[in-house]
Amino acid sequence: MDTFIQQIINGLVLGSMYALVALGYTMVYGVLNLINFAHGDVLMVGAMTGLTILKYLNEYAPDLPGYAKLAISIGGAIPVCMLVNVLIERVAYRRLRNAPRLAPLITAIGVSILLQTVAMMIWSRNPLAFPQLLSSEPIMLGGALISQTQILLLVLAALSMVGLVLLVEKTKMGRAMRATAENPRVAGLMGVDANRVIVTTFALGAALAAVAGVMWGANYASIQFAMGFVPGLKAFSAAVLGGIGNIYGAMIGGIVLGIIESLGAGYIGDLTGGFLGSHYQDIFAFVVLIIVLTVRPSGIMGERVADRA
Amino acid sequence: MSEPVILHIAGVNKRFGGLQALTDVGIKIMRCQIYGLIGPNGAGKTTFFNVITGLYQPDTGTFELAGKPYSPSAPHEVAKAGIARTFQNIRLFGEMTALENVMVGCHVRTRQGVFGAIFRHKAAREEEAAIRRRAQELLNFVGIGQFASRTAKFLSYGDQRRLEIARALATEPQLLALDEPAAGMNATEKLALRELLVKIKNEGKTVLLIEHDVKMMMSLCDRLMVLEYGKPIAEGLPAEIQSNQAVIDAYLGGSH
Amino acid sequence: MALLNFDTSRNPRQAYASMAVVLIGLLIFPFVAAPFGNSWVRIVDMALLYIMLALGLNIVVGFAGLLDLGYIAFYAVGAYMTGLLASPQFATLLESLINEYPVIGNSLVTVLGPEIQQNGIHLSVWVIVPLAAALAGLFGALLGAPTLKLRGDYLAIVTLGFGEIIRIFMNNLNEPINFTNGPQGINLIDPIRVFGVNLAGEAGSRATVVVGGYAMPSVNAYYFLFLLLCVAVVFVTTRLQHSRLGRAWVAIREDEIAAKAMGINTRNVKLLAFSMGASFGGIAGAMFASFQGFVSPESFSLTESIAVLAMVVLGGIGHIPGVIMGGALLAALPEVLRHVVEPLQERLFGHVLVEAEVLRQLLYGLAMVLIMLNRPAGLWPAPKHEDRPDGDSDTKEQSSGTMAA
Repeated sequence: MDTFIQQIINGLVLGSMYALVALGYTMVYGVLNLINFAHGDVLMVGAMTGLTILKYLNEYAPDLPGYAKLAISIGGAIPVCMLVNVLIERVAYRRLRNAPRLAPLITAIGVSILLQTVAMMIWSRNPLAFPQLLSSEPIMLGGALISQTQILLLVLAALSMVGLVLLVEKTKMGRAMRATAENPRVAGLMGVDANRVIVTTFALGAALAAVAGVMWGANYASIQFAMGFVPGLKAFSAAVLGGIGNIYGAMIGGIVLGIIESLGAGYIGDLTGGFLGSHYQDIFAFVVLIIVLTVRPSGIMGERVADRA
Repeated sequence: MSEPVILHIAGVNKRFGGLQALTDVGIKIMRCQIYGLIGPNGAGKTTFFNVITGLYQPDTGTFELAGKPYSPSAPHEVAKAGIARTFQNIRLFGEMTALENVMVGCHVRTRQGVFGAIFRHKAAREEEAAIRRRAQELLNFVGIGQFASRTAKFLSYGDQRRLEIARALATEPQLLALDEPAAGMNATEKLALRELLVKIKNEGKTVLLIEHDVKMMMSLCDRLMVLEYGKPIAEGLPAEIQSNQAVIDAYLGGSH
Repeated sequence: MALLNFDTSRNPRQAYASMAVVLIGLLIFPFVAAPFGNSWVRIVDMALLYIMLALGLNIVVGFAGLLDLGYIAFYAVGAYMTGLLASPQFATLLESLINEYPVIGNSLVTVLGPEIQQNGIHLSVWVIVPLAAALAGLFGALLGAPTLKLRGDYLAIVTLGFGEIIRIFMNNLNEPINFTNGPQGINLIDPIRVFGVNLAGEAGSRATVVVGGYAMPSVNAYYFLFLLLCVAVVFVTTRLQHSRLGRAWVAIREDEIAAKAMGINTRNVKLLAFSMGASFGGIAGAMFASFQGFVSPESFSLTESIAVLAMVVLGGIGHIPGVIMGGALLAALPEVLRHVVEPLQERLFGHVLVEAEVLRQLLYGLAMVLIMLNRPAGLWPAPKHEDRPDGDSDTKEQSSGTMAA
């Protein structure tokens, strides 16, 4: 049984990835009131692309240090994911912006299925091994173990989130995003091109998912075409937990959910007298989601959704 | 059951965060009256409506319908108690026909459930036929009987307003509460609406309505109340209201 | 769809004639398919079950407009309940109960008797079906209750979550007490026995059923049973649609606030939608368990929920003939692909480029995207009132027959 600190560390690692993906969900929901069901699969595309790049690197430049290889593979995965997400918006969602809620939801599910099937065709239906890049020597931290990959993951996640915050708060595009998220029509009247903003939102979310995807592969050493869907849903739960539409909420929600899941899986056996085991781990995200939506639907930090009167 | 006071509300307060939307608002409407609620934009008229009909929960207030207290805790309870309303932005069931819309209005006074739906025994069939008859009657009453099979969203604006009134009447209310029924109508349509409201009053119904067309209200209503910034500033006969200085100030900004 | 028309209010004679044609076709189908082997009838048997599921989901999604992405959970409830009450599984459960909690275990054995400890519970189909309907209906209300205040997208995610939760429980409830036998599932489920006839055929008869001197393969016997059930489900849902309750559901779908203002208790009406829809799922699940003889968590995944949703949405949301068509198409699709497309690829390319499974997924995804972009009401939506011959004239004598009797 892992120690409490270990659970926390595991939770932080898991939560960082949830946070990165949750940001994508929350930003899109903030501007479009739409759950991009396919976003979890963008994570998968990031992981797969990263793996392909790594394979090439390992073949043609095997002596590059692990950090460099990872950096290059993330750098390559990001544009691919951005392209995929932007394409999805353009083809599947744009026409349905004013349709009743059911249509874009079904389309999103269809896109998710398509992404998974195409990935299955391109890469394989079997799980694929992610190569070891960084030293597997774990580092002791207060009685628990943490690997270099996990440290890198945390660092990258933190950097990405800081970068996003700076972009959203300090740049013109960020201002435009915030304005559109609050009231698209009025933002339009102020000269903000809603389509540009929406495309940027999708692209940014995809970039974060790409980082999360590659690091997921590096951390768990195995990826598969269906790997994105369930983490995607959990990340959405995290976004709701933190307050949908709220960037800070997504970050906090992701971390909190990761910790809840980690602690829960660790202690559920004790809590239920041995009746429920740790394989019930996946349930936590959904239970959290249901509780949040029932008790405090606006989430920890309050939701920020477009005023679409 | 001929209680003279249909609606008696007192002491309603409603706060939204930092905004005091309603302060100590009360109203007393007698049977067969057409009672008007007017005031500048943002005065709280629709908020008051929403409180009376259960869409918002008031902070304080007492509520009595035909002498019996009612609790405005849920809209469907309010409808059951006997207040039916229409909406500022028409809320019809767009994909249903006009007749079906009114038939939904009959829901609250009828009973058949799953068993009746599946087995269609005699009582269920009779109730369904009665609902259909009543709905057609009401459509005829408001003047759109010939559009019974028309999909509601394809009706003209004026006819949609009438349909909403017919649907509200189907709930057999003690009080009909209309939120800006004349909005967006031209002079002819307003005249027709006026006639319909008088017809409804003559059938023995009581009407509470919000409107902006002050001229129409003055000639139509038996009594009026004026709200400004969530407070009642005047109440009485149309002539009294017209000559009330506070009302004039409210509408014209007090600089005249 | 001009030849077959089921709209009894527009043209009753044509509608009933169409129904008769379809019915006759359905009745003779097994005999027509006989020379091609049993597999086609078996495929149609499963398709009938899916159609039942689609019709049940249609109540929730189509009539009431509640986006349920976890509907397969009710199928699972019915199937697993049957697994527990019509197979040796209960004996296994008792055994694990005795091992873990001997006090409870042993007292149960004293109450139920050693017979059950040996062989498990084997209730007859006449008890199982209503029980499955009731249990699933109860679950429907339970799972629906937390969702009543949620708006569209959130409702979808939460119901999806519930579906997953149920599947995870089914997959893991094998220790400490063995309810569901975990990933292996429950085997040896009793086949259906009606009026003394075992629909799987008596032992040694090679799955042949003898009814009144006439012999037929077991899949045919199940076919007629499922057909009967399907017809019953169609009948019930049609009646529900054109009733006070059906109108209330549509009112909630169109404008919930207005529905409340008209006195509809939306909470109860929504719960009814969940319950009724779920109960059909439960019945189908019970049939499935008996037909297949075993149940395992794989049959109740999210993919299945989405498949049933696709049948409703792509077929013609809210429109019963459309939903049936959607169910038939999507249930038959994988089989058609396997029997037609794979050999075709062999012939054309020398080997199978794209397997049937993969092709099926591709087509699914494409269908969802393309149909929602181009025909969001589905392939066979309800005919608009204005398309009816008497929908244009504005005479006072016009019958208000907008809804079929």
